[in-house]
Amino acid sequence: MGSRASTLLREEEIEEIKKETGFSHSQITRLYSRFTSLDKGENGTLSREDFQRIPELAINPLGDRIINAFFPESEDQVNFRGFMRTLAHFRPIEDNEKNKNPTAGEPLNSRTNKLLFAFRLYDLDRDDKISRDELLQVLRMMVGVNISDEQLGSIADRTIQEADTNGDNSISFNEFIKVLEKVDVEQKMSIRFLH
Amino acid sequence: MDPAVTRPVFSFVLTVLSLVPSCGGELSPITVAPGEKEDVPLFTMNYARIQVPFEITLWVLLASFAKIGFNVNRRITTWLPESCLLISVGLIAGGVLFHVHEAPPAVLTSQAFFLYMLPPIVLESGYFFPTRPFFENVGTVLWFAVAGTLWSAVGTGLSLFAVCRVEAFGLRDVSLQENLLFASIVSAVDPVAVLNVFEDVSVNEQLYVAMFGEGLFNDAVTVALYQIFIYVAKMPVAEDLSLVVARFFLVGLGGMVPGVLFGLVAAFTTRFTSRVREIEPLVVFVYSYMACLVAELFSMSSIMAIVTCAIVMKSYVEENVSQRSCSSVRHMIKMFGSVSETLIFFFLGVVTVTTEHEWNWAYVLFTLLFAFLWRCLGVLFLTLIVNLFRVIPFTFKDQFGLAYGGLRGAVSFALASTLPHSIGCRKLFVTATIAIILVTVFLQGITIRPLIELIDIRRTSHNPDSINAEIHSRLMEHTVTGIEDLCGQWSHFWWKDKFLKFNNRFLRKVLIRDSRAESSIVALYKRLELQNTVEILNMVSGGISAAPSMVSLCEESRKLFLASDVKEIHDILSKNMYKTRQPMAAHTRKHALPSESRDKEILLRRHASIQRSLGPGSLRDSAVPISHKYSTLPARKSLHFKYFPAWERYADNRGTMSEMAFPFRCSSARARISLRRLNTPTPPSNGALDESSCETNKVERGTNSSSGRSHVPPQHHFNLVNNSRSADPYRSVHHGGEEGRPASPTEPRATH
Repeated sequence: MGSRASTLLREEEIEEIKKETGFSHSQITRLYSRFTSLDKGENGTLSREDFQRIPELAINPLGDRIINAFFPESEDQVNFRGFMRTLAHFRPIEDNEKNKNPTAGEPLNSRTNKLLFAFRLYDLDRDDKISRDELLQVLRMMVGVNISDEQLGSIADRTIQEADTNGDNSISFNEFIKVLEKVDVEQKMSIRFLH
Repeated sequence: MDPAVTRPVFSFVLTVLSLVPSCGGELSPITVAPGEKEDVPLFTMNYARIQVPFEITLWVLLASFAKIGFNVNRRITTWLPESCLLISVGLIAGGVLFHVHEAPPAVLTSQAFFLYMLPPIVLESGYFFPTRPFFENVGTVLWFAVAGTLWSAVGTGLSLFAVCRVEAFGLRDVSLQENLLFASIVSAVDPVAVLNVFEDVSVNEQLYVAMFGEGLFNDAVTVALYQIFIYVAKMPVAEDLSLVVARFFLVGLGGMVPGVLFGLVAAFTTRFTSRVREIEPLVVFVYSYMACLVAELFSMSSIMAIVTCAIVMKSYVEENVSQRSCSSVRHMIKMFGSVSETLIFFFLGVVTVTTEHEWNWAYVLFTLLFAFLWRCLGVLFLTLIVNLFRVIPFTFKDQFGLAYGGLRGAVSFALASTLPHSIGCRKLFVTATIAIILVTVFLQGITIRPLIELIDIRRTSHNPDSINAEIHSRLMEHTVTGIEDLCGQWSHFWWKDKFLKFNNRFLRKVLIRDSRAESSIVALYKRLELQNTVEILNMVSGGISAAPSMVSLCEESRKLFLASDVKEIHDILSKNMYKTRQPMAAHTRKHALPSESRDKEILLRRHASIQRSLGPGSLRDSAVPISHKYSTLPARKSLHFKYFPAWERYADNRGTMSEMAFPFRCSSARARISLRRLNTPTPPSNGALDESSCETNKVERGTNSSSGRSHVPPQHHFNLVNNSRSADPYRSVHHGGEEGRPASPTEPRATH
C-alpha cells in the first residue's frame, strides 16, 4: 500500500490538506491508505455504496446520516479532500491551537464546527432549523421499538420546548449551541487519530 | 416392572444414599435370600457400574444448580462475583464431604485438568477473541503477559527465598528453585471476575483488552515457567540459563504451530460438509482438541495451540457452515466453557476443606504481601515503559485497575494440585496457593467494583441535566463510533493489508466453499426468520406511520410539561435509546451470547427507509415533505446490486461485527440466490416481478408505478413466498391499515 499511496498523493496536496485540516503528514498518508482501500472502483472518489460496505456503519443507528454527511449538496462522489475535510471535524482540539490567531479563520475542528456537524445530522434540508419532524426522525433512529409514537412525540415536543427560545417550534443553531453549553463537546466529538 | 422405568427412580434414591458412608462403595446386586429357589431377580442395583459417570454428572448438576440459584437475583451477582459464590458453595459441599469422610473425586490430577477441564475454557476465550483490539494493542498485551508474569514470578520467588533464609520461620529447607516454582504458580493472573466488573462499568477498551489478553497469555507463560522450574527443581544445580530461555520460547511459540495447522485443516474440512450439516459443530471441537493434544504431546503450550486454532479457523468456518451450525457451535462453546469454569471454582472450594493443609503463617502472609507488592511494582514499571510506545497512554487509574485486578484463579490452583510429590513442601505450597486465591478472589473481587466506581476509570459521564443534552450526547456518541469504524484500524496497517491480500488471494479460495444456493427449505427458513422480526416490528409499531396525525399534533397548542414528565422522559430515554456499540460485548466471559435483535432492528429500519425513499409518493401526502436525502441512496435507482454489497461484506471484517451481522448476511445472500431457483424472472430492479407475481395481493399496487418499478429484492421474495407457498403468515399482519404498499414488509415506523 505504501508505494501506491505515495505515487497518487502528491506532496503539494498533502501540504494543502495539512494546512486546511491540521492533520499531520503521517495521519494524512494513513487516511489516504484507508481511503484507497475503501475505494473499490479505484477512481479516486468514494460513493455512498463504498461507505455502506463497512459493516459497522450498517448497524450504526445513525449510519445513513453519517454517510450522508460526507457528501456535499446533491453530489454522489467524494474525493479525498472532501473526505479529509469531513474527518477534520473530529480531530481533537489541542491546547496550542486555542491560542492561534483568529484571523486564520476558524479551524474545522473548533467547538462551533463540531456542533455544526452534529446539527447538520438532524437538519437535512439545511434550513438551519431542526423541525419537530427532523427531530422525530432522528429520535426514532436512536430508539428501540418499544416506544410508541405518542411517547416519542411528546419527548420531541419536550425537547423542542426546552431548547426553543424564540417560539418558532424548532431549534435553531444558536439555540442548539446554547442548550449544549454544559456538555463537553470537544471531548465527545473527537477521535484519536493515531500517528 | 420394566427396568427402564425403575432405574431412574433408583437413581434418585441413590443420590441420597450416596452421601451415606456405607453406600460409598459398591453395592452388590440384591438377590433373593439363599436357600430359596433361585428366581430371576426383579430389581438389581449395580452402583459400581455407573459410579464414575454418575458422580461426575452429579457434581456438574450441583454446580449448575448453584449457578442457577445465584442468577435468580441480579443484585447478588452484581456485588458478589460469581467465582466467590461458587467457591462458597464448594466450601459447603466440601464440608459435607469432609464430615462424611468421603474423598472428593480426583478431578484435579494433572491429566484431568489439562486435558479435560482447561481446554473448554481456553477454547471459549479463543473463539470469541477480540482480534481487532488485540492486534492494535498486541505489543502492550504481550508485554504485560510475558514480562509482567516473569517479573512477578522472579521477584516473588526471590523475596520468598530471602524470607525462607530467616531461621525463625522454620522454612530453611525450601530451596531457591522450589521457591521460584511456587512463585510462578502464584503469579498467574486470572481476571475473570474483574472483567465482569469492567464490562458492567464499561471501562475503556484499552484497559479491557490489556486485562483480557494478559489473563489469557499469562496462563501460557505460567505453564511454561512451571514446566521449566519443575525440571529445574529436580536438579541440584541451576541449569544452563540459555537453554531455559530457549525452552521457554519454544514452549510458548511452539504451541502455535499445531494450532495454525489444525485451524487451516478444519477450515478446509468445512468446505466439504455442505451435505452433512449435522457434523459441522463437531469439526470445530474435534480439531481444536486435536491441536491441544498434539501440543501436549510435545510438551508445548496447549493453551496457545487452542487459541491459535480457534482464531484461525473461526472466520473461514463461519463462512462455510450453515447458520444453524454456527449458532450451535457458539452456544456449545459457551456451555462447555461455563461448565468447566464453574466446576473448577467449585472444586476449589471442595478441596480447600478436604485436603490436609500445612499451615505456616509466615509463608502464607509473606506470599500474599509479596505477590501483591510485586504485581503493583510490575504494573507501574511496565506501564512506564510501555507508555512510551503507546498513543493512548495508561493513566494512573488504569494502572490501578490493572494492578488491583490481579486475581488468582483456576490455573494457579490446578498447577499447585498437580505438583509432583517429589517436592518436599508440596502441602505448604498447596495451602499457600489456596490461601492467596481465596484472599484475592474474595477481597479484591468484592471490593473492586466499588473502588472502580469510586475512582471513575475513564467512563462516559452520566447525569445529563436536560433532555437535549441526553439526546444530543447520544447522537454524538453514535457519530463518533461510526466515524471511528469508518476510519478503520490504524496501527500495523501495512501488515494487515498484506495479510488481507494474501488471505483474499489464496486462503479464501482454498478454504471457503463457493457459496451456492442451498436448498430452498433452508433459504425459506432464513426468510421466515427475517419475516418474524419484521412482524414484530410491525406489530409493535402498529401499522402505517400516522403521518397526518403528526401534523395535527404540531398544530395543537403546546402542552405544558411538568417536572415529573421530565423525569419520566429521562427514564424512557435511558432505557430505550440504543447504547453505542460496545466493542467488547461479544468477547466477554459472561457466558452470554451476543444479542442480535438490536442490529436486526436497525437494519430493517434502513431497509425500510430505502424502500420508502424509492416510492416517495405512495404514502406521504403532503404535510411532511420527503427528503430523499434521509436515505443515502438516490431515489429511483436500482438498489439491488448496490444495497447488498454492504451485507455481503460482513464476513470481511473479522471480529465483533461478523457475529452480530451474520444472520443478515446469510439471509440476504441466500435469499437473492434462491430467487433464481424459484425460476422467476430475475432482474428485480426492473420490476419484472411486480404485477405478474403478485396476483394474490388483493389490494392493488398499481397506483404508483414508481413503487412497482424499483422494488428491493427481499420484498420480492416475500411476495414470492406468499405466492409459492400460499401460506400467508405474513399478510395477516397487514390487516387493513395500509394503502398502496401492502406487501411492504417494513413499512411504517422505521425512520420516520
